[in-house]
Amino acid sequence: MNISRRVALGMLAATAMTAGGAAAQAQKTIKVGILHSLSGTMAISETTLKDTMLFLIEEQNKKGGLLGKKLEAVVVDPASNWPLFAEKARELIAQNKVAAVFGCWTSVSRKSVLPVFKELNNILFYPVQYEGEESERNVFYTGAAPNQQAIPAVDYLAKEEKVERWVLAGTDYVYPRTTNKILEAYLKSKGVKSEDIMISYTPFGHADWQTIVSDIKKFGSSGKKTAVVSTINGDANVPFYKELGNQGIKATDIPVVAFSVGEEELAGIDTKPLLGHLAAWNYFQSIDTPANAEFIKKWQAFKKNPKAVTNDPMEAHVIGFNMWVKAVEKAKTTDPDKVIDALPGIEAPNLTGGVSKMLPNHHITKPVFIGEIKENGQFDVVWKTDGLVAGDAWSKELDGSKDLVADWVEKKCGNFNTKTGKCGGA
Amino acid sequence: MVPRPEYPVRPVALLIAFVLGVLLLAPAVARADAYTDALARFAADSFSETEAAIDGVAASGHPLAADVVGAVREGRLMVRAADKAVFIRDPDGSFRDAGTGSPAAVQGADLKPVRLNNRVRRAVEAAMGTLTLRSPDRARRAAAAAAVFKSRDASALPALEAALAAETDPAIRRQMQEARAAILLTRPEATPDQRAEAITVLRARGDQEAVAVLRNLPADAPPAIRAMAGDAITAIENRIALLRNVQNVVYGISLGSVLLLSAIGLAVTFGVMGVINMAHGEMVMLGAYTTFVVQEVIRSHAPWLFDSSLFIALPLAFLVAGAVGVLIERSVIRFLYGRPLETLLATWGISLILQQAVRTVFGANNREVGNPGWMSGSFDLLGLTLTWNRLVIIVFALVVFAALLVSLKRTALGLQIRAVTQNRRMAGAMGIRTDWVDALTFGLGSGIAGIAGVALSQIDNVSPNLGQGYIIDSFLVVVFGGVGNLWGTLVGAMSIGIANKLLEPFAGAVLGKIILLVAIILFIQKRPRGLFALKGRFVEG
Repeated sequence: MNISRRVALGMLAATAMTAGGAAAQAQKTIKVGILHSLSGTMAISETTLKDTMLFLIEEQNKKGGLLGKKLEAVVVDPASNWPLFAEKARELIAQNKVAAVFGCWTSVSRKSVLPVFKELNNILFYPVQYEGEESERNVFYTGAAPNQQAIPAVDYLAKEEKVERWVLAGTDYVYPRTTNKILEAYLKSKGVKSEDIMISYTPFGHADWQTIVSDIKKFGSSGKKTAVVSTINGDANVPFYKELGNQGIKATDIPVVAFSVGEEELAGIDTKPLLGHLAAWNYFQSIDTPANAEFIKKWQAFKKNPKAVTNDPMEAHVIGFNMWVKAVEKAKTTDPDKVIDALPGIEAPNLTGGVSKMLPNHHITKPVFIGEIKENGQFDVVWKTDGLVAGDAWSKELDGSKDLVADWVEKKCGNFNTKTGKCGGA
Repeated sequence: MVPRPEYPVRPVALLIAFVLGVLLLAPAVARADAYTDALARFAADSFSETEAAIDGVAASGHPLAADVVGAVREGRLMVRAADKAVFIRDPDGSFRDAGTGSPAAVQGADLKPVRLNNRVRRAVEAAMGTLTLRSPDRARRAAAAAAVFKSRDASALPALEAALAAETDPAIRRQMQEARAAILLTRPEATPDQRAEAITVLRARGDQEAVAVLRNLPADAPPAIRAMAGDAITAIENRIALLRNVQNVVYGISLGSVLLLSAIGLAVTFGVMGVINMAHGEMVMLGAYTTFVVQEVIRSHAPWLFDSSLFIALPLAFLVAGAVGVLIERSVIRFLYGRPLETLLATWGISLILQQAVRTVFGANNREVGNPGWMSGSFDLLGLTLTWNRLVIIVFALVVFAALLVSLKRTALGLQIRAVTQNRRMAGAMGIRTDWVDALTFGLGSGIAGIAGVALSQIDNVSPNLGQGYIIDSFLVVVFGGVGNLWGTLVGAMSIGIANKLLEPFAGAVLGKIILLVAIILFIQKRPRGLFALKGRFVEG
C-alpha cells in the first residue's frame, strides 16, 4: 500500500510539473485540443482520428506553424464516457486555453459537449457523418449530413440495381433512427409502398444475427429486387456480415449498403464473403488523385506502418483543419468569435480532387461516392455524384424540419423558420 | 466437305464446291464477328457496356466465350489502354489474346482489368450458367443450373433443354427442370400447359426462391393458371411458416450454446466457488486473442495448418487463460474470500486492466480471426438453413459441458473441489490443501472461459471489448439456472436462448431482450435460488 501511495504521489507531482511547464509556454504556441476516446468502446474508431490530428499539426509546424507561432496539440482521453466528454472539453477550454477543438464521434458525445462550447465560446470541428437536424454557432460539421450520404446511396440502388424493396437495418440509437426516418419519408415520396419497407433495430454490440438475416432473406424473396440499407454501428457489423456470408446471401442477390463501414472497420474482417457489398462515403482510400496519394504516403510514413489505412472521418479532419488554418490566417487571430465569423465561405481542397467550401449553415460541400468492397478490404468506386453536394443541416424530407434553414452569416440563426420568418424552430 | 477429286476437276464442280463452302462458313464468320464486336465493348469501361459485352460473348457461342466470361468474374480480363485490345490473364500470369486465344507477349503494366459491379456480376453468373450447363464436372453443372434458375434468362432456354436431354444425374436433372420451369413461368409466349407444368415443378421445390419465382407470374396469365400459382404459393408458405418455428428453436439452441459456453467457466468460479468474478469476460477475450496469435503464427510460418488452427489454439487458450486465472487468484482474490463487495470491485478493476493491456499490446482495432473452411457456409436440412459455424459451436458447447461435468464428478481434483466448497474446514482436516485447490478451481474456470473464447472468436469480433458483451449474460445464466449447479447452467442457457429467439420475431431484437430481462427478474423474485436450487446443510456455509 505504501508503495502504491508513493507512486501515486510521484505521478501527481509529474502531472503538476508538465501542466506548469505547459502554462509557461502558453504565450509562444497556439494550442489545439483533441477530444477523442483513446480507451473504452469507441477507442476502436477514435484513436486513428487523434493520430490524424497529431499528423496534421506536425505537418503544419513543418510549414512554419500559424501566425508565426508553433501549434501545440493537447490530447485528452474522454474514455468513451459521454459525461466525461463534457468535463474534458471544459478542461481543454478553461484550463488549457485551446484555440479550437477537434473531436467527438458519436452524436451523444457531441450533444454532451455542446453546452460547454456555448458557455465558454469555443470552436468544435466534428468529423463524422451524422443524422443532421442540428446547426450550432460553435460547431462546424465536416462529416456528411444525411443528404450527402444516405440519400445518394438510396438513389444509386434504385437506379443502378433497380431495387424496389428496402430493409432499413440499424443499431438502436439516435443516428440510425433519424436517418431511417428521413430515408423512409424519402422512399415513400418516391412511391415506395409501406409493405416494401422493413425496418429493424438491434441493440449495441448485437452478436446473434441469425433471426434477422433469415428475416431479410424471407423479405427479399418476394420476387422484387431487395437491398439492405445498414446503419448498423461499430462492432455489430462483423457478426452481421459473417452471418450474411454463411447463410449464402451474396451481394448479387441482396446488396447491403452501409454508412458506418469503412476501411478501418474492414481491416478486422475476413472480406471474402463481403465482396460486392457497398458503402457510401465522401472519401475512399482507393480514390486515385495526386492529393490522396500524397496524403496516404505521408500518413503511412507518420504511422511507420506501410499498411496503415485512411478513411472518411480522417479526410473530414484534414478538410476541417485546413479550413480552420485558413480562417485563422484570414482573421489574423485565433479569437473564437472572429474565427467563427471568418469560417463560412472558406474553401479547402479535399483529397478526392474537389474543393470543399464551408457553408453559412456550418456544414460543408462534399462529393458522394459509392464503393463496392473488394477482396483486399478496399473499395472500388462504382458511382459518384457529378459535383459537390451541399450539406443540409435540416432535412427536407421530414415534416418537422423541412421549413427550417440554418444561416449564421445573414440571419445569425441555426434554425430559421422560413414559414413564420422567425428564428427558433418549427 | 468437298470430295477429294480423283479425276480432273471440272470448273462447274469447283464453283459448286466454292458456293457450298461459303454457305457453310458464313454462320461461323457471322458468329466470330458477333464475338469480336462484343469483345470490343469491354474496352468502353462502363458497366452497362461491360454487361452488354458479356451477354454478347455468351450468345456468340465462340469456343473462348466461357474463358472470357470466367476471366471477367475473377478480374483477369484485361484491356490495353493504348489500342483497346482485350487479353485474358491466365492464373499462371501469362497472357492470351482474347480474340484468337493465342499467347500474347504484353506488359502487365499497360493493362487494366475490366471492372465489376453487382450488375455485371449478375450478368457473369447468368452467362456462366448458360455456358457451363454441359460441363463434364458435376459440381459445375449443378452451379450452372442454379445460376440459370436465378437469372431466369429466356435466352438460356435452348441450351438448357439440350443439357436436360443429355443429363443423367437425377439431382442435376431436377435442378435443370426447376430452372426450365422458372424460365417458362415468366416467359410471355409460354403456353398455359407449360406454365401449369412449371408451377407443379416449382411447388415440388417448395422453398423461398420458388415463391419468389411464382410471384413473378405475368399478370396476363389465364385465371386458372393464376389460381394454381396462388395455391402453390399458399402451400409453400404454410410449410415454410411451420419450418420457421422449428428454425427459431434451432436458432435458440444455437444462441443458448453461445450463452452456455460463455457462462460455463463462470459456473465454476462464481457457481462453485462463490467468487463474483467480473473479469470472467476478459478470460474469454484472452482465449480469443490466443486464437488470433496462433493464426498469425500459422499464417506466416505454416499456412497448410490453417484449417486445424482452432485445435492448436484450444489447449493454448486453456493454458493462457488458466494461468492468468491462477495468477489473479493468488495475487488478489485469495485475500478477499468472504467479502463479495470488495471482490466485485477488485475483479472489475482487473477486467479494466486486462482490457487496456490488450488494447496497448494489440491495438484498439478488431483483429481478424479467420474461419477454417470446415466452419464456413451453410447446409440445408429439410428446408432449414443451418450454418456450419453455429452447428460446430452447439456441439462444442455440449462437449465442454460434458467434459467439465466428468472432471468435477469423476476425478480426484473434482472430488477435492467439491469437498472444499461444501465444507472447507472439514476438507482441510482431511489433508486437502484448500488454498491450492482454490487456485486450481479458479484456474479451471478461467481456462474454460479461455476455451469459450476460441469458439466465440469464430462468430464475434476479436477486440478488447469482447468480454464485456458476455459478462452480464453469463451472470444471468448462472443465477437463473441456480448457483452451484452445472445442470442448472445448461438448462438456464438453453431456456434463455430459445425464449429470446422465439420472442425476437414478434417483439424485435431490442424489445425481446427487455421482455426477457423483466421475466427473469420476476422469476428470481419468486425463486431467488434459480431453477435448480442446491439443497442441504452446506448451502448456508
